[in-house]
Amino acid sequence: MPTLQTFPFGAFVVGAAFLRGTPVFALGDGRVARVDGAAAETAVAPQGGLLAASVSADGEQLLTSGDDGRVVASDAAGGLVELASRPKKWIDQLATGPNGAFAFAYGREAVVHLPDGKERVLQHERTVGGLAFAPKGLRLAVARYNGASLWWPATDAKPTDFEWKGSHLGVTFSPDGKFLVTSMQENALHGWRVADGGGHMRMSGYPGKVRSMSWSAKGRFLATSGAEMAVLWPFHFKDGPMGRQPLQVGNRPTSIVSFVACHPTEEVVAIGYKDGMILAGRYGDGGEAALRQAGEGGPISTLVWDKAGVRLAFGTEEGVAGIVDLRG
Amino acid sequence: MAETQIPVTVLTGYLGAGKTTLLNRILSENHGKKYAVVVNEFGEIGIDNDLIVESDEEIYEMNNGCVCCTVRGDLIRVVEGLMKRPGGFDGILVETTGLANPAPVAQTFFMDEDVRAKSRLDAVVTVADAMNLLKRLDDSPEAEEQIAFADVVLLNKIDLVSAEQIAAVERRIREINPHATIHRTERSAIDLDKVLDRGAFDLDRILTLDPEFLEGEDDHDHDHECGPDCDHDHHHHHAHGHDHGHDHDHDHHHHPRHDESVFSISLRGGELDPGKFFPWIQEVTQVEGPNILRLKGILAMDRDPDRYVIQGVHMIIEGTHQRPWRDDEPRESRLVFIGRKLNEDAIRKSFEACLAKKS
Repeated sequence: MPTLQTFPFGAFVVGAAFLRGTPVFALGDGRVARVDGAAAETAVAPQGGLLAASVSADGEQLLTSGDDGRVVASDAAGGLVELASRPKKWIDQLATGPNGAFAFAYGREAVVHLPDGKERVLQHERTVGGLAFAPKGLRLAVARYNGASLWWPATDAKPTDFEWKGSHLGVTFSPDGKFLVTSMQENALHGWRVADGGGHMRMSGYPGKVRSMSWSAKGRFLATSGAEMAVLWPFHFKDGPMGRQPLQVGNRPTSIVSFVACHPTEEVVAIGYKDGMILAGRYGDGGEAALRQAGEGGPISTLVWDKAGVRLAFGTEEGVAGIVDLRG
Repeated sequence: MAETQIPVTVLTGYLGAGKTTLLNRILSENHGKKYAVVVNEFGEIGIDNDLIVESDEEIYEMNNGCVCCTVRGDLIRVVEGLMKRPGGFDGILVETTGLANPAPVAQTFFMDEDVRAKSRLDAVVTVADAMNLLKRLDDSPEAEEQIAFADVVLLNKIDLVSAEQIAAVERRIREINPHATIHRTERSAIDLDKVLDRGAFDLDRILTLDPEFLEGEDDHDHDHECGPDCDHDHHHHHAHGHDHGHDHDHDHHHHPRHDESVFSISLRGGELDPGKFFPWIQEVTQVEGPNILRLKGILAMDRDPDRYVIQGVHMIIEGTHQRPWRDDEPRESRLVFIGRKLNEDAIRKSFEACLAKKS
């Protein structure tokens, strides 16, 4: 039986990571909490609240950004370093990339910190939504109104613009770098072929907004929140998911999926619901195992697997965090 | 869910009308409450408050790009961000730019499911400059929209104009919006409970369409020169086809209605046939949605013991059974549209066709 350890932090859990195996949680009240055995130690990083969190590519640091206009990195030992600052700006978008690169955004500006420490400001006509680095090469996708812009931030080149009418909120590259998918204000996803900006994969039918997207091992499926079940779009065909039915895992008519995290190696997805329940579901046969029952803390706001896929960190909107250990 | 929804007050008003002064008052007054404020520029806010958010107005078109489906994308994100702060504040104030149409702000709180789950629109408060409003209304459609959308109008800078000028401005405001509550102010000085926590979009709190009922006796004195009575008398006379002259003049000779002017239509009748009324209101709001800025109604349905209340912004309408009619209340239906280019005769006739046939 999996074991469950919980921590009542009392603040919105914005993100989580395993840093050298140590679970770390970023909280809406500005704290970064580090779990050591049965106890949780919290460090107050900035004043103000955290709005976004993203783990560095090497897994050594959890980057956080907040309404105090700072980007701060926390490490497994509890150290805190300020990486960037934009006083008075609410930095609500943050992404980490290869070799220590990271990007953040506020209003119409996205800022990229390159691995060599240089900073590049990318101006957009409209407010910037989600940010995502491509798996290879130093390329950044920026979701925005009416599409997405793809930048090579180490160069002065103009962005490649992928257009699709509507407000694009989140963005992700497939692990092979061939597809770019955005989540939209209109309860739908939109996908493009990265090579030529074509393809126009429309993935819709969600009763709610898609706030969470996660690629399965080897990028075969894109798991998504926003419906009564996790919806997994097949991407292992040449044309992506067009004309194919998505897999549906963990159907619970009484709630809505608020967060999804695919297992790092197995064909299993961790599914968090608005009522606080967490299920693990297998793609192949739809088999399910409950990891946490519905209960205190409100909707699941984050789910993160450790590298080996034996521990799952979770957090909720109303401030409960915890760790599920599958080894029991 | 309802008790955790944070009230949102939208502050509009033309440049220089006194919005920032009002905002500074709200933030500095010792009311024991904490407000998050969304502004376009920190500029003149004189108060140090870590809950002031600078946000670029971002108008998004949703779905089909119709005017009725525009929202403020930046507000969706700001509200989401604010919700990550634990128990930190009592309300949100959104200050719009002087030239803003308030509709997208208002619609954001109806159209976006997440925002709607966590916050509720409390009222649109418009600060108007008594000296310049008439001029602004003639040359700016936005100034008209700000008055049309208002639940509360602060007629500010009254110390700079004569009593006659104030009366003229109030008459004009009433022509555009018969059910807003008007307060006369100097330097935006007002009791904050007249501005905050109004529940103007709360169906349970639609008591009557006469604002002085809501405000009690003291405000009645201020409003009486040309209050809503004037307006509905006028319409009353119209409906019955025997006009006595002075009310009519009173309403119209000051300001001829342009084709694009905002005006209101007040409908009044007995009990309605729900089988006719609901398809009718759906159709009117679908077809005339872009022209309807606000609508509000208190309705008596045939063979229904409850008052039915309805309100809307452009195409978005919502209604509910509010409470049983009291014995001392006439079972009467009243519906007010505020908009542009509305065909008053057609709306009036088709509304009357929804009245229940009495056998």
